[in-house]
Amino acid sequence: MLSVLVALVAGVSLGPVSMPPGRVAAELLNLLPGVHLDSGLTAGEIAIVTQLRLPRVVLGLLVGGLLALAGGAYQGVFRNPLADPYLLGVAAGAGLAVTAVIALGGTTDPLAGLPVTVPLAAFLGALGAVTLTYLLGAAGGKGRSPATLILAGVAVSAFFSAGQTYLLQRHSDSIQQVYSWLLGRLATAGWHDVLLVLPYFLLTAVVVLLHRRELDVLSVGDDEATSLGLHPQRSRYLLIAAASLGTAAAVSASGLIGFVGIIVPHTVRLLAGSSYRVILPLSMIFGGAFLALTDVVARTAAAPAEIPIGVVTALLGGPFFVLVLRTARRVLS
Amino acid sequence: MTPAGTGSAPAVEVRDLHVTLGGAPILTGVDLTVATGEWVTVIGPNGAGKSTLLRAVGGLLPAGHAVSLSGTPLRAMRPRARARVVATVAQSPVVPAGMSVLDYVLLGRTPYIPPLGRESAADLAVVYEVLDRLDLAAFHGRELATLSGGERQRVFLARALAQGASLLLLDEPTSALDIGHQQEVLELVDQLRREHELTVLATMHDLSIAGEYADRLVLLADGRVVAAGPPTEVLTEELLATHYRARVRVVPGEHGPLVVPVRAG
Repeated sequence: MLSVLVALVAGVSLGPVSMPPGRVAAELLNLLPGVHLDSGLTAGEIAIVTQLRLPRVVLGLLVGGLLALAGGAYQGVFRNPLADPYLLGVAAGAGLAVTAVIALGGTTDPLAGLPVTVPLAAFLGALGAVTLTYLLGAAGGKGRSPATLILAGVAVSAFFSAGQTYLLQRHSDSIQQVYSWLLGRLATAGWHDVLLVLPYFLLTAVVVLLHRRELDVLSVGDDEATSLGLHPQRSRYLLIAAASLGTAAAVSASGLIGFVGIIVPHTVRLLAGSSYRVILPLSMIFGGAFLALTDVVARTAAAPAEIPIGVVTALLGGPFFVLVLRTARRVLS
Repeated sequence: MTPAGTGSAPAVEVRDLHVTLGGAPILTGVDLTVATGEWVTVIGPNGAGKSTLLRAVGGLLPAGHAVSLSGTPLRAMRPRARARVVATVAQSPVVPAGMSVLDYVLLGRTPYIPPLGRESAADLAVVYEVLDRLDLAAFHGRELATLSGGERQRVFLARALAQGASLLLLDEPTSALDIGHQQEVLELVDQLRREHELTVLATMHDLSIAGEYADRLVLLADGRVVAAGPPTEVLTEELLATHYRARVRVVPGEHGPLVVPVRAG
């Protein structure tokens, strides 16, 4: 929780117009009912805080929380340390669907916020992709290893990305808009986007967190989970649907931000043990804080220009993924 | 340990069980009765269908109306209710990476914890009691993967006991253990069975050990029961020669016949 507060204050304070964190913290407290503090910020600064930076930080918290939660859930459901919304192709499926809506739907104003149809289309794309990956990954039969599933995910990703490239080429007028979204952006986020993502965030978080104990049971395999009184397939489908919904909402709001779903749950696992009862809630919290802080780096490192946040997470995530691969090698061989 | 003739239903009753997997018949017309408190071990050559029979009794295979547990048809039981009656120790249980002994044994309480709820103090009390009982209390924080084979087998048993089930299914419970640990684990099972009035249905490869611990043996070959009864009736040189194609001497032992392999010539 502390990490979220730090991320909140840092995220709102830092930027092209820097403000003292103490004053920002006071202004944020003012948003709570019944609190009236004199923060000493000017009216313009207050507008920057409440209308520009705060929604952006909140969206970062929601999207980061969703990606990390979805990653942790996929890792449990597939009993695979490498599972993540991106490696499974889920994000690519959602990405293709969003591209299709933007390119074919002809929304031209990039600042207008997202059409309500976008998350729904993304959800269908995400479900389609995860189903495909699951079927392809399971096609190897009993001998399938964690690597098989990830290879299937990579194939599905490539397939959907190809579809996306084709769409973009046919509708080159929307390339600029799609790309600014694709590379990961929290930049244009206003309260509109936050409100759009919030219901999906709540639904995903409630479903996944309520079933976190079942992920521990699933970790002993389907046969043993059945003999412990579980319906493994029923739990699995429900959790896959919830994680895919979360991924879809995250992708529609902020484009393709990779590696959060793998960095955060693994770090939590190292710090707090292997039980999903602990991993999932902590992943959600740290995932949110992680993305909000990454966004601070993205908009200050090369100020006044912004680096797409997806680029920053990939720069951090690439080396991290290699580390995970090394520790997961026992599982893969 | 046969029931006192109270007329209560047997712990396990299998009537005319047929199982076909991938088009191939695995079990054909199997009948099996295990009385409450009895220890029955299923023996038979590789591929005879021993594990499949245990899976069917444990509810892991659709067994139709063929299997009843304490008089209730398996089909009529919901998974959680079934898990409170029958606990299984698989042949080579999955060892989840990083999971502690305590968390692992706590999984045994799954059928008692509400689907969306969390474990109660009573659940934890049961777990600690079982850990104590199996001399595992000192291990509760250890990672399961770091334990030795014998210790792990005790943890697997502990999870099954935490389920509070009266029927224990053990699929090759000792195949991964050296001879000393085999005896240790089986003595423990026998002791627990007497103390908690458990019924045990096991599969085993070592025939002498199978005969020493079981009240009755069931010899399975090609998916059919070819002999059943006290160890002295099942462990005979003729039956083993016919169904295992094994050359053995059977010598009387203190707790049952001992089967000694003999080289040809």
